[in-house]
Amino acid sequence: MMQHRLLPVAASLAVIFLGGAVPAQAEGGYKLLQPKSEWSFEGPLGTYDKAALRRGFQVYNEVCSTCHALVHLRYGDLDGLGYTADEIKAIAAQKQVTDGPNDQGEMYQRPARASDFFARPFPNEQAARYSNNGAVPADLSLVVKAREGGPDYVFSLLNGYKEPPAGVKLGAGMNYNAYFPGHQTAMPQPLADGAVTYADGTRADLEQMAQDVTTFLTWAAEPNLEARHRMGLQVIGFLILLTGVFYVLKRRIWSKVH
Amino acid sequence: MASAAKAKKGIIGWIDHRLPIFTFLDHELGSFPEPKNLNYWWNFGSLAGIILVVMIFSGIFLAMEYTPHKDLAFDSVERIMRDVNYGWLMRYIHMNGASMFFIVTYIHIFRGLYFGSYKAPRELLWMLGVVILLLMMMTAFMGYVLPWGQMSYWGATVITNLFSAIPVVGDQIVSWLWGGFTVDNPTLNRFFSLHYLLPFVIVAVVCLHLVALHLHGSNNPLGIDRKGPQDSIPFHPYYTIKDLFGIGVFLIIFAGFVFFAPNFLGDPANYQPANPLQTPPEIVPEWYFLPFYAILRSVPDILFIPAKLAGVIAMFGSILVLFVLPWLDTSPVRSGRFRPIFRWFFLLLMIDCLVLGWVGAHKPEGTFVLIGQAATAWYFIHFLVLLPLLGKFERPRPLPTSISSAVLTVRGLHPSIKPATAIKEKS
Repeated sequence: MMQHRLLPVAASLAVIFLGGAVPAQAEGGYKLLQPKSEWSFEGPLGTYDKAALRRGFQVYNEVCSTCHALVHLRYGDLDGLGYTADEIKAIAAQKQVTDGPNDQGEMYQRPARASDFFARPFPNEQAARYSNNGAVPADLSLVVKAREGGPDYVFSLLNGYKEPPAGVKLGAGMNYNAYFPGHQTAMPQPLADGAVTYADGTRADLEQMAQDVTTFLTWAAEPNLEARHRMGLQVIGFLILLTGVFYVLKRRIWSKVH
Repeated sequence: MASAAKAKKGIIGWIDHRLPIFTFLDHELGSFPEPKNLNYWWNFGSLAGIILVVMIFSGIFLAMEYTPHKDLAFDSVERIMRDVNYGWLMRYIHMNGASMFFIVTYIHIFRGLYFGSYKAPRELLWMLGVVILLLMMMTAFMGYVLPWGQMSYWGATVITNLFSAIPVVGDQIVSWLWGGFTVDNPTLNRFFSLHYLLPFVIVAVVCLHLVALHLHGSNNPLGIDRKGPQDSIPFHPYYTIKDLFGIGVFLIIFAGFVFFAPNFLGDPANYQPANPLQTPPEIVPEWYFLPFYAILRSVPDILFIPAKLAGVIAMFGSILVLFVLPWLDTSPVRSGRFRPIFRWFFLLLMIDCLVLGWVGAHKPEGTFVLIGQAATAWYFIHFLVLLPLLGKFERPRPLPTSISSAVLTVRGLHPSIKPATAIKEKS
């Protein structure tokens, strides 16, 4: 009899959910860029485009990893990109990691294994600052979740390097970016057309690489997204059935009172 | 269900004769008489209880993997998210569960405000509820610090620093809270310890809340006392099934957040590890604290009281005023349905709280300052001026003679329009 009283609550919650579909905004309030083809991972049925993930990993590995770490990832996690155990072994073996101490009490370098965390470009914060004009390159393993606008922000940032507008004075060693808060970033433009040669033959223009590496970084931040979406559909499907049963029972039991 | 008076047989009877748990359950859950006219707004109490249990269980599992150390806390949360089996599920349930707990509790409170559930003989029941709200806020605040992200650290810094506004001993109190000279490892450790303790204190107060509730039973949408058994129905099966249906609807919404928008209600800054050397551009609490944050930042210098202290007093005052609400509201009529002026002011209060939340999410600059000050003033005017006066000047509509007569007469009609007139026609 009073179900209609719940409608406003349901409606406002629906608005909250749909709010996620509104074009994302950066901290400054300006509209962010979005790739021409939509993100494969968005929406309740979203999954990762495996080919894009592998291309994105290639971009990270060949370009970003010179300055940016992925501290929360192990090489073994790359099986989420569809690599086989042997391929992962080969990818890891290209990097050296410090292990030890050995029997003589000394630390030593050895090729990385699947169980190792991704090798970091700098041994410590001071070394990172020293090599980068005083700025510390951010760890990228959570960057997509740690910025207002998420993947759209990262994608926009990579596409946002431009000549500074007239009247804008850049600090020493700074670069103009239309989407970085404050528009001045210590990071020089990392990607330009043809920066990598894709193993799968895809044309490596700036937008393609930005989209691929953003997809990869989204996976790096949220590797369980596909399992979460799959389980979510099952859970909500079950709950709708269960709630339907409860509703029918409620009507039947209460019919004696009404 | 067997009546409590009847002696039970077999093992159940043997146990019940020595430890009357079955009689107790039947008395409090089975045949417990409830008003027959409770609407769906009465579902939110049991919903809050369910989430409390969900939070305790998910929290216990998280605590098994979490490390309360400033150098390890952030990473240990990421290990839960990535390496622990279904760790991401537990974490997202716990994270979003906090928001669900608050939205359900706020609806529960506003239901009490509208239908006058705080009035005699339920004053202590209401005050225990306010105690639960305070405990929830402390628990949520300390829980938010545990992942040791940027917003954890700076939120903890801002909120603990509030106590420095206390004259003379303020600074000593703050270092005592911190266990040092800044928010640091000892702070994180004690917050973890208290965050684990307080939910069980909440459970204890919830039990008192239920004892007080079951003495006189639930209030109801008409706000009138039950006149006899014809006004009541047993809790089981009527309200067990109604609550279960409500829980089902609630869980669908909860699952929607957990599985499809788990970070929607959170702040991205908390996925950056805490950095004491870098203040985030904006320090904002979680959405459920925004109205209080707005009150805190809205109050200017008042006479000899500096703005900071005045803000702290106003913020705590906004909750403490609820303790004396039963005596501020002088109207003898409980339900807002029969209070033609009150119901408009109730609506205005709800809007006022939403406005405060909206202001709290923005920097206190320009018009936001004025709107915040007006909304804060209105909040206190509502409780301290309007409610005492309304009871004296408002002419309430005639009350129905009993619950069952009202229910029978107005079936199929909107209950808030007809009851009084319909009953008059009848008599």
